[in-house]
Amino acid sequence: MSLRTPLGRVRGLGSAKEGVEHWWMQRVTAVAAAILVIWFVISVLSMLGANHADFKDWLSCPVTASLMICFLVAVFYHAALGLQVVIEDYIHKECVKVFLLISMKLGCTFLAVLSVVSVLKIAIGA
Amino acid sequence: MAEFKLPANSQVQSGKEWPKPQGATNTKAFKIYRWDPDSGQNPRLDTYHVDLDDCGPMILDALLKIKNEVDSTLTLRRSCREGVCGSCAMNIDGTNTLACTKYIDDVKGDVAVYPLPHMPVVKDLVPDLNGIYAQYRSIEPWLKSDTPAPERERLQSPEERAKLDGMWECILCFCCSTSCPSYWWNGDRYLGPAVLLQAYRWIADSRDEYTGERLDALEDPFRLYRCHTIMNCTKTCPKSLNPAKAIGDIKKLMVTRR
Repeated sequence: MSLRTPLGRVRGLGSAKEGVEHWWMQRVTAVAAAILVIWFVISVLSMLGANHADFKDWLSCPVTASLMICFLVAVFYHAALGLQVVIEDYIHKECVKVFLLISMKLGCTFLAVLSVVSVLKIAIGA
Repeated sequence: MAEFKLPANSQVQSGKEWPKPQGATNTKAFKIYRWDPDSGQNPRLDTYHVDLDDCGPMILDALLKIKNEVDSTLTLRRSCREGVCGSCAMNIDGTNTLACTKYIDDVKGDVAVYPLPHMPVVKDLVPDLNGIYAQYRSIEPWLKSDTPAPERERLQSPEERAKLDGMWECILCFCCSTSCPSYWWNGDRYLGPAVLLQAYRWIADSRDEYTGERLDALEDPFRLYRCHTIMNCTKTCPKSLNPAKAIGDIKKLMVTRR
């Protein structure tokens, strides 16, 4: 129970002075992912029936590898921003929220790095 | 966690069914949420039958007829009975609206009447609005200017004045805020569509000199950015205003000033 006034509760700790960057990057990554997913789907469809070697050749091309890395980074960045909103919306227990936010961000970062390294391994490593 | 179901002491139970008025041939059933904090019991849904041949056309007419002639314990707020005061905002037939401007004929079948969703209930159809009034107070809804007041009015061009259209008409009934899932889950920190519409009303006012400070106060992941453009606010507004657009305009200004 709190006897704090309603206005005191509303003002709380004040404005965090952030949120614009998150909102803006969510839109920027959405635009990037929307364009790149079209390229990705068309490319994969055009390789229907191709074998593993053809696919590796395709991904080894510098332009393809670069577009693929951009696509993966945009998708995981966008996913992390979106999941952050979901967690903030629905999880109200502070310690659970912080734990989930940290786990989610580390998880998305790891998946992004893993996928980029995989592309690089095919493009230049092998 | 977000509350997806009512706690045990809030689950609505079936209540009393009042007898139909004698001799009436054209009746309609009103199923109304009832809760009395002094009774210590769960809320219930009472059923009243209203003779439509002896009642005004609006939901509020029926509610007042019930209160006057059937059950004087039915508790609700009302004042102007013409859609300008916002007192009789409630959830009617599944939608937040004003009882005084909603036609009984527009509801098919029985009329379900509940208080505004997800607000603490004082009694029956009366929600506790202290929190949301404090949120309104927090955006400082008055003209702020450092320039000494002129001898006469503070002038605005017709174009500048036109920017306030669609906002000054808001009657603060809070149908929009209480229809917003984001406000349901995070109403303690998210300001909600009604208050953000009012915040933008002062941001967009050419006579106000505190636009930047007003934006500073809103720049927060919860106060402003819990809006996910669900648009329930715009859909439900009984004055046909567009709070979602006002929030979008605030977000645009946040990016513009960077």
